[in-house]
Amino acid sequence: MARKKIREYDSKRLLKEHFKRLSGYELPIKSAQVTDSSNFNELAEKESWLSSDKLVVKPDMLFGKRGKSGLVALNLDFAQVAAFVKERLGKEVEMGGCLGPITTFIIEPFIPHNEEFYLNIVSERLGCSISFSECGGIEIEENWDKVKTIFVPTGVSLTPELSAPLVAILPLEIKGEIEEFIKVVFTLFQDLDFTFLEMNPFTLVNGKPYPLDMRGELDDTAAFKNFKKWGDIEFPLPFGRVMSATESFIHGLDEKTSASLKFTVLNPKGRIWTMVAGGGASVIYADTVGDLGYASELGNYAEYSGAPNEEEVLQYARVVIDCATADPDGKRRALVIGGGIANFTDVAATFNGIIRALKEKESKLKAARISIYVRRGGPNYQKGLAKMRALGEEIGIPIEVYGPEATMTGICKQAIECITAAA
Amino acid sequence: MATGQLFSRTTQSLFYNYKQLPIQRMLDFDFLCGRETPSVAGIINPGAEGFQKLFFGQEEIAIPVHSAIEAACAAHPTADIFINFASFRSAAASSMAALKQPTIRVVAIIAEGVPESDTKQLIAYARANNKVVIGPATVGGIQAGAFKIGDTAGTIDNIVSCKLYRPGSVGFVSKSGGMSNELYNTIARVTDGIYEGIAIGGDVFPGSTLSDHVLRFNNIPQVKMIVVLGELGGRDEYSLVDALKQGKVNKPVVAWVSGTCARLFKSEVQFGHAGAKSGGEMESAQAKNQALKDAGAVVPTSFEALENSIKETFEKLVEEGKITPVKEVKPPQIPEDLNTAIKSGKVRAPTHIISTISDDRGEEPCYAGVPMSSIVEQGYGVGDVISLLWFKRSLPRYCTHFIEICVMLCADHGPCVSGAHNTIVTARAGKDLVSSLVSGLLTIGPRFGGAIDDAARYFKDAYDRGLSPYEFVENMKKKGIRVPGIGHRIKRGDNRDKRVELLQRFARTHFPSVKYMEYAVQVETYTLSKANNLVLNVDGAIGSLFLDLLAGSGMFTKQEIDEIVEIGYLNGLFVLARTIGLIGHTFDQKRLKQPLYRHPWEDVLYTK
Repeated sequence: MARKKIREYDSKRLLKEHFKRLSGYELPIKSAQVTDSSNFNELAEKESWLSSDKLVVKPDMLFGKRGKSGLVALNLDFAQVAAFVKERLGKEVEMGGCLGPITTFIIEPFIPHNEEFYLNIVSERLGCSISFSECGGIEIEENWDKVKTIFVPTGVSLTPELSAPLVAILPLEIKGEIEEFIKVVFTLFQDLDFTFLEMNPFTLVNGKPYPLDMRGELDDTAAFKNFKKWGDIEFPLPFGRVMSATESFIHGLDEKTSASLKFTVLNPKGRIWTMVAGGGASVIYADTVGDLGYASELGNYAEYSGAPNEEEVLQYARVVIDCATADPDGKRRALVIGGGIANFTDVAATFNGIIRALKEKESKLKAARISIYVRRGGPNYQKGLAKMRALGEEIGIPIEVYGPEATMTGICKQAIECITAAA
Repeated sequence: MATGQLFSRTTQSLFYNYKQLPIQRMLDFDFLCGRETPSVAGIINPGAEGFQKLFFGQEEIAIPVHSAIEAACAAHPTADIFINFASFRSAAASSMAALKQPTIRVVAIIAEGVPESDTKQLIAYARANNKVVIGPATVGGIQAGAFKIGDTAGTIDNIVSCKLYRPGSVGFVSKSGGMSNELYNTIARVTDGIYEGIAIGGDVFPGSTLSDHVLRFNNIPQVKMIVVLGELGGRDEYSLVDALKQGKVNKPVVAWVSGTCARLFKSEVQFGHAGAKSGGEMESAQAKNQALKDAGAVVPTSFEALENSIKETFEKLVEEGKITPVKEVKPPQIPEDLNTAIKSGKVRAPTHIISTISDDRGEEPCYAGVPMSSIVEQGYGVGDVISLLWFKRSLPRYCTHFIEICVMLCADHGPCVSGAHNTIVTARAGKDLVSSLVSGLLTIGPRFGGAIDDAARYFKDAYDRGLSPYEFVENMKKKGIRVPGIGHRIKRGDNRDKRVELLQRFARTHFPSVKYMEYAVQVETYTLSKANNLVLNVDGAIGSLFLDLLAGSGMFTKQEIDEIVEIGYLNGLFVLARTIGLIGHTFDQKRLKQPLYRHPWEDVLYTK
């Protein structure tokens, strides 16, 4: 759902493939991707330039400032590239406070160059902004005053009049070429449902534009229109976000259903666990635990919405409960089954799935000394709440149950009181 | 945007993509508010036309259904709200078509997952043409006591407890649809209730923004205070900050931006809403709350404290005498739907149909209790399915095999028999498959194909009464009845019907007992002594052997066997089998493009 970053390799692949379709001219882009499943010999056979050209290699992991962090190697031959990758593949690095392994590299021909241009296109509410500078590269921020920006309102095409301010001061012999390049890239941006695209820098090779570094974001809700155009596209997780087995299981469920199922572990040793209905409410429950000063005890963020069926809720609840009850340590824990007042989701039906999971996990819940706090309203909520109350008596686990008469987040406070009460 | 009220007590809408429940909820709300006209004037359901029956209070009303947006707008020129329940794939195109209609002023888009570039086209068109888009990815909105979009505000119970059937003084706008309902409840607890509430949807670029609606609320005199629930991600709240700073809003604004928890996450997190993404510092909940506070909004310290901020702000307005007390009305009782009442155990209703052979209500259909997956996985055949659906039990394999042989043997008997002939004539008259088939089937009766049942009946009766073949045949002769199952047009005593031989051989090998068949053979021996063409024919063989199957399998009581013979199950076997052949004849004639059949004069004896 929504804007997703893609790898540099994919950005360049899309640029190369579709630039040709849209302009009739092929950009001479060459790039190869290396992951832990790559075979260097096979790669060299497929991409002959790898063995003949001098190369550049860098991580392709959705983080920037690679040059400044010493993660880019220039002017290597293929054997040196292989050695460079081997040394770093799978090794953890820290970028902007996030720690994570490097799993993907991009290899490209080494292109000695003088000019470094900057191009950036961002989708905004009323159109797109296009920024350009003839002083691109790693010093772009120092040269920010040289960046020129235009705004192209939705539905308006990029005319020479509109783009004139971007290229006004360029020397005549390159002006036309760059202006045309920006125009085609902007068409491609719209045609492929990009929401963000940046080349920093691109240069000129034999007078033709050539992107050296590129970042892109696609609107993944447009996937249904772009299946063919995007080809085999990957939406990697943000750098440093490694999914645990449980998280990827829920992620898999989420991808298969029309409902929304989200699950992120914040602290596996946390003592407050949540399972909240609704995109808006789930955030507020997490906020509230934090506001009350117990952010450090919050085990997870979890949201289900869009009327998942009983089976989906069951599978989902199992995972949340498994995480909440892992490694009992004798101390009390709390599970918050929260939610606002639903508009149309049948509360009794979704609770059926949760109740089945709670019954299955009775002994685990007891071993982890879990108390359960429920708050929910909406269609059929009386029946859902009554079933929850009955469950408490049936399996002998403390369950406090509230409806719309109580405030939505009141149970957060109770959960905190529960875990802080003298054991 | 800006300007004021979007809805009134007479506002009518067009509803795109028929969904029974949200429309009924809108009509129930109308009734609760004492509206005179239903808020849904017409329904657009691509590819369908006519009427949909729905309840307006106690009465049923018929709402016109149109297949195209243009036609619906032409038919209902006063309906100016377009409620779009299309899927995310088609929502953008249908919304654009609606915006282009001169009669449509407001389009609400429910679907989640509309591509950003499509929404931007809608935003641009709406701005240029002074129209309003609510959503996508929203539940909609409500003007208390006047008009409600789709599922907004949930159940009738909730609408009543939040007093949404009559206007209060609070304008509310949020991103989240679920939280809007929660806040209607909160606001009703501490103020005189909602005047209007809008959920703009969780997308990155909603069709209309928080500030768009706040500025609009500011122009509505009945709205005395405004409550805003924002969310981390995006910069929309800053346009509200600007509006506040520029003094464009002169009513008290209570605001809270949720998502303060985003700081707990180490890497970038996509929350439930598409627009709720922990981006830069500017887009954080903390920064937005601070900016709103600095701009003069009442911003609590937490979501928990929001209720109290709303309460204090409202009480201050009351003290200042700015709130006109709301006249309380008692909303009418909405009659409960039969389904809901039955579900809750309050009423019971008799059923009108009873069925015992199959059930399609569970995960997969069941035939006589056997789920479809077992039927396929255990390699059941057509005979097994017939045994489940006709006899409501799983018969042994030799029985179902026998049934299959009968079906195969009776599937066709050439183009000249009367059933096939009728089918051929009908097919050549250009009629469809079903017409051609049934014109052949309708020929089946006592003279054509219907002899199996009668053969079984008479053989069973004679055998059970212990009549000798001589007594049986002579009794029939006296009554003037030809013995069914005996006699053939071509076959003779020295040239038996191959099909009969096959059936007999199968039965002798597999059936535990073939007493009825042996009896039929004795009858045949006697009739052959009378005439050489009085052989046991295929009807007689099937009829008698079926009696052996029923009696010999040990799976039927005597009473059940009598009933099966009485009802005429065996004729069913012939109808089923021959259907295969008749369909074949229909296809054959169509494939051969045969012209209309006309019987030749030469073949008719014209006489007086």
